[in-house]
Amino acid sequence: MKFRDLTELAWRNLREALLRNSLTTLGIGVGVASLVAMLSLGVGLQQMANQRLSRSGLFDAIIVAPRTNFRGFGRATQDNDAAPVPAGPLDEDARKALERLPNVVEVYPEIRFPTEIRYAGIPYSTIVAGVPESARRGGAYDGMTGNFFSGPSADEAILQIEFARQLSPQPNSLLGKDLVLRYAERQSLPAEPEANNNSTAASNGVPSNGESAGLSGGFSVVPREEKLRIVGIVETEPASGFGGVGRGRVLIPLQVAEKLRVAQTNDFRTMLGARPGRSAYQSLTIRVKRPSLVKDVEDSIKPMGFTTFSLLDATNNLRQVFAVFDLLMGIFGSLALIVASLGIINTLVMAILERRREIGVLKALGAADSDIGKLFFVEAGVMGLIGGFLGVAIGWLIGFGINFATNVYLRRQALPPLTVSSVPWWMVAAAISFSIAVSLAAGLYPASRAARLNPVEALRYE
Amino acid sequence: MPNNNAAIRTNHATRHYQMGSALVRAVDDVSISVRPGEFVALLGSSGSGKSTLLNLIAGLDRPTSGGIYAHERNLADMDSEELAKHRSHTIGMVFQAFNLLPRMTLEENVELPLRLAAVDRAERAARVHEAIQHVKLGARLTHRPTELSGGEQQRAALARALVNRPTILLADEPTGNLDSVTGDEIMNLLREINESLRMTIVMVTHEHPRAERFAHRMILMKDGKLVSDGERP
Repeated sequence: MKFRDLTELAWRNLREALLRNSLTTLGIGVGVASLVAMLSLGVGLQQMANQRLSRSGLFDAIIVAPRTNFRGFGRATQDNDAAPVPAGPLDEDARKALERLPNVVEVYPEIRFPTEIRYAGIPYSTIVAGVPESARRGGAYDGMTGNFFSGPSADEAILQIEFARQLSPQPNSLLGKDLVLRYAERQSLPAEPEANNNSTAASNGVPSNGESAGLSGGFSVVPREEKLRIVGIVETEPASGFGGVGRGRVLIPLQVAEKLRVAQTNDFRTMLGARPGRSAYQSLTIRVKRPSLVKDVEDSIKPMGFTTFSLLDATNNLRQVFAVFDLLMGIFGSLALIVASLGIINTLVMAILERRREIGVLKALGAADSDIGKLFFVEAGVMGLIGGFLGVAIGWLIGFGINFATNVYLRRQALPPLTVSSVPWWMVAAAISFSIAVSLAAGLYPASRAARLNPVEALRYE
Repeated sequence: MPNNNAAIRTNHATRHYQMGSALVRAVDDVSISVRPGEFVALLGSSGSGKSTLLNLIAGLDRPTSGGIYAHERNLADMDSEELAKHRSHTIGMVFQAFNLLPRMTLEENVELPLRLAAVDRAERAARVHEAIQHVKLGARLTHRPTELSGGEQQRAALARALVNRPTILLADEPTGNLDSVTGDEIMNLLREINESLRMTIVMVTHEHPRAERFAHRMILMKDGKLVSDGERP
């Protein structure tokens, strides 16, 4: 018998016992819905965590340091043992070389300093941090109040909400207002002839070209002021790099931070420790296009004589945790579908009893045992197919309900909305395929039993 | 002595059943030969084994021993798929209870053997039309079996049996559920099919007078054994 004829006959048979077959199909639908709802929750939570982590900038970032700086620090030690490459200076040339590496989005130094802010004539002690331009594209500042910096060198500031509340009980009113940043600028001293060979040109993160030649003789500190316009307020500061956790409460564009040449706490140590006559960075942060490219970029950096550090292993562990979580969700969700498959077996066995004589007639008219088996098999498959679609629809509705209820709750708590449950296309296809597979497996026994029916006895059956 | 031109031949065909501790000899060492185009009536009382012999010839059942030949192909040597093809292409069957599928229309019932034989859709309509015209039910195409009289149902069953153009028609008490007038109509139709299509017909019946009127030859069975085999005088 041709497949089209099989499906037509199967469909006709299913319509005959409409109520019973509909209830069986609904049972499969509920099973699939349970599976989809469970998996969508797992996937939704995973996506949420991934998105959060991706926005944090922790997983697409690599810290690069001269070999000496990370000695004894986890992987750095391992690197030193493994690669006998001479340690190179982490200077401006190295920064440019790193920027040229494939898949590198940007390379920037870490700038963070404690200082004083004046607003409405009142001084406040706080910590200022430079934010790279790439943070705009990463989505980390989506949902903030106000705007991101208008440009990479704009004299603007974004405040962390807690700090903004210190400045004003109504933080939103700060937008568009100016504040004054007071800081200590590092100015280089003229080099002494003797000192040229021994002293160091260094700064932590800010070795501007104009400064590097003269730093060999040390530096002095001069108080300065910079007026900044408040353009945005963030709930929690999105981290940037590893130093990023709680880095600053006033965020300014990284280019502006570099331009200020602020004297930082470890300038003195750096000055004494760096190589004479050359300015160098303490460390650089490299952002790569995707977390999956971190290892490749790290492998490209190591031969350059630097040590690297990333949280790649942490992301792998996280993926493993979610894989196990999804598996458990899938198993629990599948249980209902397995129970529903018993309904298919029951329905089809009942159908064999009811259609015993019909099976005999079909065999008398030339149906092979395999035709009868296939007919019942296809009936099971059709129930699985319809149940699968039904289940995906119900599962999607459950997910929609979970998202809706969660967001109603979050809104009441004045928190931003979240997508807790997510039904991607692959899940739709997988759930329907699984539903058909389970239904076909359930149809194996009834199909085999129907195929083996003795036609003489079946024809005698009343 | 085997007749190599026989449409149907049984050679010491035996079919025994075990019912509890008792052995039932439904067909016991029966050897017959039916020529192509012959109309044979299998007669006997209830339990004589005539329907069992018919099922063996149809390939619905297998002999315990002996051979069942259709156009000299031994059904006992065939596997279940080959037997299904034999039933589909060589045999047409009609039953006492008509056995039309109640949820299908007359047209769909007649088309069913063509579906099972995987005949192309384009060819089916013509074959169904031809078979239905043969039994003169052209006006009842879309009716379901419950909307047809007993005679019409049996004619529909005949159309269904003919649609695959078999060479052998097996009829198991075809008039058993019909009144005498309608029964005669069906018998006339069977004779007309036998004569016009030169189709071999083996009909199981317990109605001796009707068999005498329509069949060329009558085979009498009792307790599974062949009692007499003779041409109509």
